[in-house]
Amino acid sequence: MDGQTTIWRVETKTSASTAFAILAVLAIITGLAAPIYLPRAMLQDLFFILTMLALAQSWNLLAGYAGLVSVGQQAFVGLGAYVMFAGVVFLKLDPLIAILLGGIAAALLAIPAGIFAFRLQGAYFAIGTWVIAEIVRLLVAQWKMLGGGTGTSLPASATRHMQGVDLVHRLFGFRPAQAVDVICYWLALLLAVATIFMVYRLLRSRHGLALASVRDNQEAARAVGVDARRLKALVYLASAFVTGLVGALIYVQKARISPDAAFSVTDWTAYVIFIVVIGGIGTIEGPIVGVLVFFALQKLLADFGSIYLMVLGLIGIVIMLFAPQGLWGLFASRTGIQLLPVRRFLRGGPIKN
Amino acid sequence: MNWADTILQGILLGGLYALFAAGLSLVFGIMRLVNLAHGDLIVLAAYLILVLVDTLHLNPFVALVIAMPIMFGVGWLLQAYVLNRTLGPDILPPLLVTFGLSVVLQNGLLQAYSADSRRIPSGYLDTASISIGSLHAGVMPLLTFVSAVAVILILNRLLYATELGRAFRATSDDAVTAGLMGIQPHRTFAIATGIAMTIVAVAALYLGTRSNFDPTIGPARLIYAFEAVIMGGLGSLWGTLIGGIILGMAQTIGGAINPEWQILAGHIAFVLVLLFRPRGFFPRAVD
Repeated sequence: MDGQTTIWRVETKTSASTAFAILAVLAIITGLAAPIYLPRAMLQDLFFILTMLALAQSWNLLAGYAGLVSVGQQAFVGLGAYVMFAGVVFLKLDPLIAILLGGIAAALLAIPAGIFAFRLQGAYFAIGTWVIAEIVRLLVAQWKMLGGGTGTSLPASATRHMQGVDLVHRLFGFRPAQAVDVICYWLALLLAVATIFMVYRLLRSRHGLALASVRDNQEAARAVGVDARRLKALVYLASAFVTGLVGALIYVQKARISPDAAFSVTDWTAYVIFIVVIGGIGTIEGPIVGVLVFFALQKLLADFGSIYLMVLGLIGIVIMLFAPQGLWGLFASRTGIQLLPVRRFLRGGPIKN
Repeated sequence: MNWADTILQGILLGGLYALFAAGLSLVFGIMRLVNLAHGDLIVLAAYLILVLVDTLHLNPFVALVIAMPIMFGVGWLLQAYVLNRTLGPDILPPLLVTFGLSVVLQNGLLQAYSADSRRIPSGYLDTASISIGSLHAGVMPLLTFVSAVAVILILNRLLYATELGRAFRATSDDAVTAGLMGIQPHRTFAIATGIAMTIVAVAALYLGTRSNFDPTIGPARLIYAFEAVIMGGLGSLWGTLIGGIILGMAQTIGGAINPEWQILAGHIAFVLVLLFRPRGFFPRAVD
């Protein structure tokens, strides 16, 4: 027995993940500096990609990890956006603070919405969340001071005097309208990175382990003391908050809102679902791959209108039927590479000399 | 506002919602599958009937007789080649595949028939009505309600008095054991979805003749159908009819007070029912 020690370690690190962490930091720095070297149109494209990515990550956390397939995320996008509008128009708040208000409002909506939807199981939960989104849309359409069913615009002066516009103006010499785009882009970058980081940290924590155990076998998880319901409620709340923030941010940039657009099931839920499914549901890397494929497809097929959505739907169906782990899942299972590993590996063991 | 009249219209509208819901209820009962494309399949069937009426100059009811077996085929193929592959303990695949199908159908119809709203012409029936005292009811709404009752009667008869119905119930209870007794679950499922799509064709006829439709209205019909099923209680077809009637009444009463509240009133009735009777009025299934 001499010289033999038993050291088993539980690790989540892989060599690819260390390399990726360095690359990710470089990418974020390059991303932060993008307004210097990218034209405005590309910055707007990046804004779109980053906001969709943040939405996709939060939906992926819900459906892929907590097993809560929501088709009603547009409720939180729309409410976040409308409350941001209300904050700017009625309370004369700075849009940046109003965005935060939008996120909080979405999280508050998630409490009654959750109490209601959690009474429904599985597929019925999906349609239940959709009903909630419809109710919120119809109620908001009655909000005559914000334009009712036809919607309204953000006063141009409000965004022009937003926090940071001056700074960007002095730094880069951009005109206010362009400076607003730059700030929105930075916020989108911040939100996307923060969402990914939050999901990553959550999944690596013991709550993440509990979540995975609930997903794999709810009864067994409960038997070892995991409070599945509470955990799912927390995930639902967190994803509503992020979705509300993103919704509010998107509408600071759009500056024009209507109930049909802000509560669109296609824009805020269908797209997001396809991004996650194509990229790979239940992985953090999946939505990143998915959003890039989604954007490429959109650029490619933008001129074909409804054909674009048909193609997207068909790709989603084919992937779900034949490769339910998505593009990233296919890649990872072939190569074993994990960039943001949340799986625990047991390494080490008896050392033999 | 004439209360009696409003309530009557609400009940008759409930018949339409029960027709939307019966197929959904049947498929859920047998294979625990919620088809998110159900509403879009109703709209697809409405276009099918419209095309038959337009090109062959058929009476809409004759067109329905042709559309029913076609829709049965659509349902059978859909279940046999697509949906059967998604069944299993994981709820994600069926949800995401049918959601994808919903988007494909909507946009396919948009591509083929544009966003213009259409209506299936039904001749003099469009405006025909019957009056009893101060109550007036359109012939089409009455026919809708009668059809809903007939569909539920036939379905119940099918489920509880035929060999096929026994196979349905056996597969619903325990697909594996049913398989040991010589029932092929996947074949049974294909027939069930075929039957559901036949009912969808009936629902489509009344949807298309009573009001305008366009390719985008499917999801709202799915939601109405879902609300009717849940309010009535899972697993009970008569319950689904009651659920449809509650939804129809809530909508007409809400709409009579303020036209903008029509749809909202229906949703709110649904939320209230779910809060106070989480399992609906006539629950049968445990899940």
